[in-house]
Amino acid sequence: MGEIEIELRVNEAVTRSTVPPRLTLADFLRERCGLTGTHLGCEHGVCGACTVLLDGDAVRSCLVFAVQADGHDVTTIEGLDGPDGSLSPVQQAFRDHHGLQCGFCTPGFVVTAEAFLRDNPDPTDDQIREAVSGNLCRCTGYQGILAALRAAADAVET
Amino acid sequence: MTPATAGLDGAAGRYTGSRVHRVEDPRLLRGRGTFVDDVVRPRMLHACFVRSPFARARLGAVDATEALALPGVHAVFTAADLNPGVHEAWYTSMGKDVPDTPRPPLAEGEARFVGDPVALVVASDRYVAEDAVELVDVDYDPLPALVDYHDGPQADALVHERYAGNVAGSLGAPCPDDLAAVFASAAHDVSVTIHQQAYAPVPLETRGIIVEWSGEELTVWAATQAPHEVRMFLARLLGVAEHQVRVIMRDTGGAFGQKVLPMREDMCVALAARLLPAPVKWIEDRRENLMAAGMSRHEHGDLRMGFDGDGRVVGAYIDHTQDVGAYPTPWPVGTAAAVGMLFPGPYRVPRAGFRTTSVFSNTSGRTAYRGPWQFESVAREVLLDIAARRMGIDPAEVRRRNLLRRDELPCTNPNGMPYSDISPAETFEQALAMLDYDAFRRQQAEAREHGRHLGVGTCTYVEPTTTGMAYYGTEGATIRIEPTGTVNVYVSGGSTGNSLETAVVQLTADALGVDLADVRTVQGDTAVTPFGAGTGGSRSGSMLAGAVAETAGVLRERIVAIAAHLLEASPDDIELGESRAQVRGTPAAAVPLAKIADVAYFAPAKLPDGVPAGLEASGRHHARNPMIWANATHVCTCEVDVTTGAVRLLRYIVSEDCGPMINPSVVEGQIAGGTVQGIGGALFEHLAYDEDGNPLTTTFMDYLLPTATEVPAIEYGHVETPGPGPGGFKGVGEGGAIGAPPAVVNAVADALAPFGVEITRLPLTPATIVELIEGAR
Ligand code: FES
Ligand code: FES
Repeated sequence: MGEIEIELRVNEAVTRSTVPPRLTLADFLRERCGLTGTHLGCEHGVCGACTVLLDGDAVRSCLVFAVQADGHDVTTIEGLDGPDGSLSPVQQAFRDHHGLQCGFCTPGFVVTAEAFLRDNPDPTDDQIREAVSGNLCRCTGYQGILAALRAAADAVET
Repeated sequence: MTPATAGLDGAAGRYTGSRVHRVEDPRLLRGRGTFVDDVVRPRMLHACFVRSPFARARLGAVDATEALALPGVHAVFTAADLNPGVHEAWYTSMGKDVPDTPRPPLAEGEARFVGDPVALVVASDRYVAEDAVELVDVDYDPLPALVDYHDGPQADALVHERYAGNVAGSLGAPCPDDLAAVFASAAHDVSVTIHQQAYAPVPLETRGIIVEWSGEELTVWAATQAPHEVRMFLARLLGVAEHQVRVIMRDTGGAFGQKVLPMREDMCVALAARLLPAPVKWIEDRRENLMAAGMSRHEHGDLRMGFDGDGRVVGAYIDHTQDVGAYPTPWPVGTAAAVGMLFPGPYRVPRAGFRTTSVFSNTSGRTAYRGPWQFESVAREVLLDIAARRMGIDPAEVRRRNLLRRDELPCTNPNGMPYSDISPAETFEQALAMLDYDAFRRQQAEAREHGRHLGVGTCTYVEPTTTGMAYYGTEGATIRIEPTGTVNVYVSGGSTGNSLETAVVQLTADALGVDLADVRTVQGDTAVTPFGAGTGGSRSGSMLAGAVAETAGVLRERIVAIAAHLLEASPDDIELGESRAQVRGTPAAAVPLAKIADVAYFAPAKLPDGVPAGLEASGRHHARNPMIWANATHVCTCEVDVTTGAVRLLRYIVSEDCGPMINPSVVEGQIAGGTVQGIGGALFEHLAYDEDGNPLTTTFMDYLLPTATEVPAIEYGHVETPGPGPGGFKGVGEGGAIGAPPAVVNAVADALAPFGVEITRLPLTPATIVELIEGAR
């Protein structure tokens, strides 16, 4: 199994590596880059815990091979807070509205929400529900997550 | 919707009872948490299990030649390698004297369910380990399996040879003659059998463990609710002393009962670590989790309840049978008794009885799951609605006539449960008022005229929390006020999303009169934290409050003595707040905690007589009550599309009494999470098997968890009756998952009442509902 050389930008840093073709982007980020905020809840594309931004689009990194990210731009949960560790407005809204409990699903929801609110700054409640319906949370019953997205959207608007 | 958390961080004041921001959040929101799979050890190896593809098969030779030839493979262990290493394999909560069910690390002689671990492959990375699993050749000789526990007592197949009729055990007694006579002479004698499907905790983080053996010390990183039990269990397993084992956990991605006890895979990894030259990590994948991490809720009850002419209960009996799978965790027979004992619920029931039987099957083993006894509520509440319809009385009215009133409490139910400090009639009325029950009935009648089918269902339950028994009965805390005056509080831990760090910080800040920002907590490392039983049985709030109060009291006294000495005042005049001590009414006469700590550590000569140096203390709370009762009412409304069978939940109200709240946001989060799990159990989730015992739901495409588009907004009502323990706090972690399934079922049944449909089987999938309606037509 030949290894393949890749070069991509991860949270704005140029990263070069040699990877087996079957290595998933999720495992590449977790194991090669040490970015363990990207979580694996199913490894078959349903739970959304592994969501990252690939050239700005929310994708499931368990379904993408690292080699497919060659030449592209990846943003993980670790790339969303401020350089001083301050929370992004979406992260802060999750904190304000008890949008997380165990925190395992949280990076996936936050990354999904960042992309959604960027593209839909003025969403309806139904659009918010729809936007996160591809992410599973077993702890919160989604109540705080939906409240957080609403608040984050309203904050952007005003 | 959850009200926004107040920005109280760092502000002085009383924190207990407020919606302070969680201390866990910043690291988790920034992707800097530490879950077990995030931990990497030098030279770490990766484990993967070979699992049986047959529900039941005789195990022949295991040929690992090809697997071992694969570069990167270190070892392939079989039962012959690992199982002889077991010294003892019992759980502290059960003790070693219960007639425990079998618990071999790897399957020995026979595989007993699809997913039964047969061999363990260890390799340099996970990908290679998975490749090698495919290359291990196991000689299976398939045998007839017992898939459906209902067939257990009659089946030829025995799951375990030494259990005749596949019965793991039974408690209680058949319906006594005098109770049967009560039923026979009752104005209404209602018998019904209710079946609940198998579903499971399904934490979003699967199970996982890393074990490192140094030759004399075993260090374990685990996804667990109870690090100290992992330590005790593994010490006994390996025959090493408790203090030779150190268990560490920081963040655990949900558990809900599944991670309360180490299971067979954990045993295998620990045993293998002793034989390996390097640490070994096992992270379960989702397929394994849905196939082998355990099953819950699969049970049925033959129920009988008698009512007088006014709809008042005269007697109740449940004959309960539960599926315990092939390898239950822990011994399942004793815990099932709670189903029978709680069956009378929060009602005035003069006579009752129960029997419970645990039956093995060739499926995944039964495990604890959030309110493990919740079938008592499913059975009773669904029965009450069926009975109400048969009697021609509104279901709410039947409950009103039977609910225990405050002036009847405390009282002991006819199965021996001693109720106190509960408010079932109050939560019931509050929840119905929040809905405006009568208005809903009018709206429902109107909708029916237009061919729309709305329904309302309720569930009222009482729940024993915070057991004071044996292993669970004490909880310790160590508090160190450091030389700079910052505070560290050490408790056992086992937080799995239930915000134990925030709760402990709030409680400690108040107990010592310090700013929230000055307190941090260390949890989940057995090397530095006092023993505690962890998350389980809705115990943490009360027990941690007791532990913090016990310990902080000692330090408070010491701080006051030092402050009085430094300020030349009487200790009686010293008050603590905002991280300083001051003379009451004289703000100028104050000394910061930092100064007091400085003296305590660095100038002991300046301390008053009899006050020891330093500001460190350990204390242990011991629960004085056998349990602390909590109660709640769930009310749900829905609309059923009678063509497609789809259920849309309209409103969802929970009125609960968990005493005073340490943090209302955390309480409501626990209620919401449990409720949505219960909604999942009523409508979607089913850990299903085919006739041959093949699991049908091993991905999230097949095992359907509720998503954001299916859940209603949850509305909360609070009734506050202080419990008998510290601070009056009661447990609240499990209740949501108990109350929701019957409320949802009753709402659907109410919507379908015009069809004469009776619902006695879960889950209520669209297909089931359409079938029920067609059957009734
Ligand atoms: S881990 Fe990628 S979607 Fe679940
Ligand atoms: S917070 Fe635990 S899974 Fe969402």
